[in-house]
Amino acid sequence: MAENSYVFGRERRLAPPPSEQGTLHRWIDYRKHVDSFLRAVLDEAIPGGASLAYVFGSGLLYLLLSQVVTGMFLVLYYVPSADHAHTTVAYITKEVTSGSFIRSIHAYGSSAIVIVLLLHVTQTFLFGSYKGRRKLLWLAGCALFALMLGMSFTGYLLPWDQKAYFATTVGTNILTYIPFVGNSLKSLLRGGTEMGTLTLSRFFVLHVFLIPAFIFAFVAIHVFMFRKAGPAGPVQGEPETLKQSTEPFYPKQVLYDLIFAVLIIAGLGLLAHYAPVELGPKANPADTQYVPRPEWYYIPVFQWLKYWESGLAVLGILVIPAFVALLFVALPFLDRRPERRPWKRPVSVSIYGFVFIALGALGAISHRHDLRDPSIAPQLRKQRADVETFMKKPFEPELAGPSLIAATVALTNPVAGKGKKVFDQEGCAECHGEDLTGTSAAPTLIGVGDKRDSAKLESILKQPTDAMTDGGMTPVELNEEDLKNLIAFLKALK
Amino acid sequence: MNHREEMCIGKTADISYQGCDGDRITTSSRRSFLGLLLGAGAAGLGALLSVPLFRFLLHPLLTATSSSSWKEVGSVEDLASVTSPVKKLVKIEQRDGWRKIVSEKALYVCKDATGRLCAFSSVCPHLGCSIAWHDEKSNFLCPCHNGQFTADGKLLGGPPPRGMDQLEIKIEDGLLMVHYQNFRQLVRHKEVIA
Repeated sequence: MAENSYVFGRERRLAPPPSEQGTLHRWIDYRKHVDSFLRAVLDEAIPGGASLAYVFGSGLLYLLLSQVVTGMFLVLYYVPSADHAHTTVAYITKEVTSGSFIRSIHAYGSSAIVIVLLLHVTQTFLFGSYKGRRKLLWLAGCALFALMLGMSFTGYLLPWDQKAYFATTVGTNILTYIPFVGNSLKSLLRGGTEMGTLTLSRFFVLHVFLIPAFIFAFVAIHVFMFRKAGPAGPVQGEPETLKQSTEPFYPKQVLYDLIFAVLIIAGLGLLAHYAPVELGPKANPADTQYVPRPEWYYIPVFQWLKYWESGLAVLGILVIPAFVALLFVALPFLDRRPERRPWKRPVSVSIYGFVFIALGALGAISHRHDLRDPSIAPQLRKQRADVETFMKKPFEPELAGPSLIAATVALTNPVAGKGKKVFDQEGCAECHGEDLTGTSAAPTLIGVGDKRDSAKLESILKQPTDAMTDGGMTPVELNEEDLKNLIAFLKALK
Repeated sequence: MNHREEMCIGKTADISYQGCDGDRITTSSRRSFLGLLLGAGAAGLGALLSVPLFRFLLHPLLTATSSSSWKEVGSVEDLASVTSPVKKLVKIEQRDGWRKIVSEKALYVCKDATGRLCAFSSVCPHLGCSIAWHDEKSNFLCPCHNGQFTADGKLLGGPPPRGMDQLEIKIEDGLLMVHYQNFRQLVRHKEVIA
């Protein structure tokens, strides 16, 4: 047993090389690594002891894990194509067991990340924890902030409903404000000049592969740098007192972090269960009435954009936000005094507070505006009603392939529906195929209405051409009404 | 020097803490009742959270995808002259996840010993390959693992556990109708898959 017990360093060197060790020994050796890993993780020293103020970072890690897991499951049913995205999300929401719940956890999870991230940043800012040797740690955090905003922007489009389509149309159009390269950037992101299925593919790749890869990398860098620098501890206190009250990460901080995770789980779970995320009607680019609104955390920026008329737009939309972002990123380089107590840092704390109050005010103004504007409020109400109506409708599976074109036509166009009955009664399907895609005896009828007008169709139905007669086509003898319906059906086959 | 030692040395420079003084102390305290409680709590929570995920994952297994209804094969008059099995296609409307599709299924119309019409699924009861009729050999042959069947679907040889699966038929208004179904592979007796 003594051989297997954990002793640092010395014993390790005495151990035989791995090739000579038995299975049991290898297993035990593996355990030792686990042990030392656990120790390294759990014994992290926190100056001044555990605190509820430190739970936000691990809360974000938990939320990231939750997004990864729920996201992976959603892709079991989701298809990133303009044809199917909306149907598959409707399928997940309305039909798949627990689908609405899991989608809601994922969608609300993104909002939760924004909230906890703001708390995390605010705590870091107020505690002055970005100072000294934590500059790079702050920069990695800023990168994560930007990546997270990218995740929520790309994820918003994926359901391909009205709100997703129009909000992303506006969102990507903002890029055109960038001088010189703006239009090219927009086209690159959209995969063309217009929004379409290629846009969806690009957003999907960004949302599911590219940005997550960077997030994992930056989380690793962020956590590694945090461990290297060590927790900053409270903003004040004698070094000797802090040393005295230093506690390891386990058990108290672990317990606090777990309590916070449970609160997040409970919050998201209750919301997802009692107020599941909805899905609106499928994106309709021809809708001219639709009033798009971004996700709540983009509303202040959205409101901000309204104030800038074309001449000064570059200033308001690019220069000022870029300046604020740069100020935020460069914080540890601008504020280099070792002072960490927030009440001794009135300038930076005031600026930080002002930015947040301004954002909150912009959000409130936007909300008020939407409630009161007579040209907006009724439309927003109508859109909400549309969403509710769509949610109440049972899931309708997508009719696949050309095989169901006939059925779809009959469903959507009543005259053509009557024509389909005539088509069935006359036995046209025997040669042209039940799915109208043709057989060896006769060609397909899909698209026949595009090539010939109604009069031509009528004449060749009554008097088939020689080639048609040779193929076995017989003249169609029908009363006026039936013939009209049949032609309507043929015209509708696209 | 391993990672653990590095950490302790790195840390003791400015702060010392219990963990570095002696491993024995932390080891015993870590495996304390609280640790057990936390571990069990986290595991329980994890299990609870995975319930909706499992239900989500298993959804397709818990819902039927194919509808079964009677499909028209052809007129009895035309089929009356059949001497050896003929392949016929029927179109089955079915749910395929979020899609509604029409898939074509192949079947063989044959005559049994008494001269009555019968129909067989072309799906091999071994591992599901498509069985082909060979006129020159006068038997059915599955190309995958050489399962052989007689003209009336009985097992002649090879790995299949049973003969070809006979489909229910009926005659309505002079038309042969068939009830197309799928059957479980690798079992001795025919068993419908819902």
